[in-house]
Amino acid sequence: MRGCYYEVISMCLGVPGKVLEIQKNMAKVDVGGFLREISLDLCPDASVGEYVLIHTGFAIQKVDEEDAMETLELLKKMAEAI
Amino acid sequence: MKFVDEFRNQEIAKGLIEKIKEVSTRPIQLMEVCGTHTVSIFRYGIRGLLPEQIRLISGPGCPVCVTPNSDIDFAIALCRQKDVILTTFGDMMKVPGSTSNLQKEKAEGKDIRIIYSSLEALRTAKENPGKKVVFFAIGFETTSPTIAVAILRTKEMGIPNLFFLNSQKRIPPALFALLQSTQIKIDGLILPGHVSAILGTAPYQFISKEFSIPAVITGFEPLDILQGIWMLVRQIEKNRPEIEIQYKRIVKKEGNPLAMEKIEVVFEKADGHWRGIGRIPESGYRFKEAFQAMDARVFKVEVEPLKEHPECLCGEVLQGIKTPLECRLFKKVCHPENPIGPCMVSIEGTCHTYFKFYQP
Ligand code: SF4
Repeated sequence: MRGCYYEVISMCLGVPGKVLEIQKNMAKVDVGGFLREISLDLCPDASVGEYVLIHTGFAIQKVDEEDAMETLELLKKMAEAI
Repeated sequence: MKFVDEFRNQEIAKGLIEKIKEVSTRPIQLMEVCGTHTVSIFRYGIRGLLPEQIRLISGPGCPVCVTPNSDIDFAIALCRQKDVILTTFGDMMKVPGSTSNLQKEKAEGKDIRIIYSSLEALRTAKENPGKKVVFFAIGFETTSPTIAVAILRTKEMGIPNLFFLNSQKRIPPALFALLQSTQIKIDGLILPGHVSAILGTAPYQFISKEFSIPAVITGFEPLDILQGIWMLVRQIEKNRPEIEIQYKRIVKKEGNPLAMEKIEVVFEKADGHWRGIGRIPESGYRFKEAFQAMDARVFKVEVEPLKEHPECLCGEVLQGIKTPLECRLFKKVCHPENPIGPCMVSIEGTCHTYFKFYQP
């Protein structure tokens, strides 16, 4: 699995993952059911239970749940208004 | 997956397309800068869903594709040294250099290791103290802070045998160069979401201020892209160009200041060399003095003379001037199993995306 995962995805990809555990500047995250270990050096204020965006083994930004919900609500309303 | 599946909802997508049709009154060309966007646009058939007068053009945003031949040749020359272990992202393995590529070199026994994170290069160096470990570092601003962290850590830990072959690129200067060249008309830019997660909006201001072109920082799911296009069309129709953020769940106006700081500690701006495009002022990085001892470019190796396939149009494809369909080699000689240019190698390269998804 590991080998295939590494070769098929592009280095550019960024994916959201849920922080499960933090130890110093490393975190265990759940990425769509896969367990991954990532660095929090660029996103030190992430906490357990939050989602972060992961790129080449680093969290590069927290996912803002509130904004995500707002965007979805807005889009739903736009779609309904048709 | 959370924050992914919700943004693929078909009903909402249909509504958004109607909204776009409602606001669009004239023919426009929008460029998606980033290869990840190109893949999403093709995968979800977005081009076909849009009103005919909205045309999408693919841009230069694939770091694998823009890595110049000369850097690939340098990496190949390095891996041919007996005491060198070359580490790199898997995407680079099949990218053609002048006469070889890293995959062939590996098959011939050179010690080349695919890594997923810059920190794995550190581990490799620690585990192989008798070897010189080189990390072939490519990427845009999303990746650069992760490379900077690895460099800072190498210095802190006093690891003497890790070096970096730096081929990173900066997006805003490339966009400046692109907009300055008058070859194609661009009415709006779909800006890369993850590069912007680091940069924020400030480095893009010239797009609306100097070129009066609207731009929207956009996420990668279908609803993100459709909303981004709708925002762009609205800006164009109102003739009020600015830099907007569609991808608010990830991109903050200020970007990621800590990540920017890491880049600035380690690197300074320098001219960057883009394959097929050439030198673009300030579109790359070089090491600041304190870190120059880690620069793999000081290695004395014999690099082969530069050779590029005369018929490959990657340079034009990367600038949106031509599509892969205009390349004589596309699908006939050049395909993913036998890529002639890097745009066919990278799974985010425009030629690869056309090969996989394009149906006339
Ligand atoms: S199809 Fe192949 S040869 Fe033609 S531009 Fe693309 S990568 Fe180059």
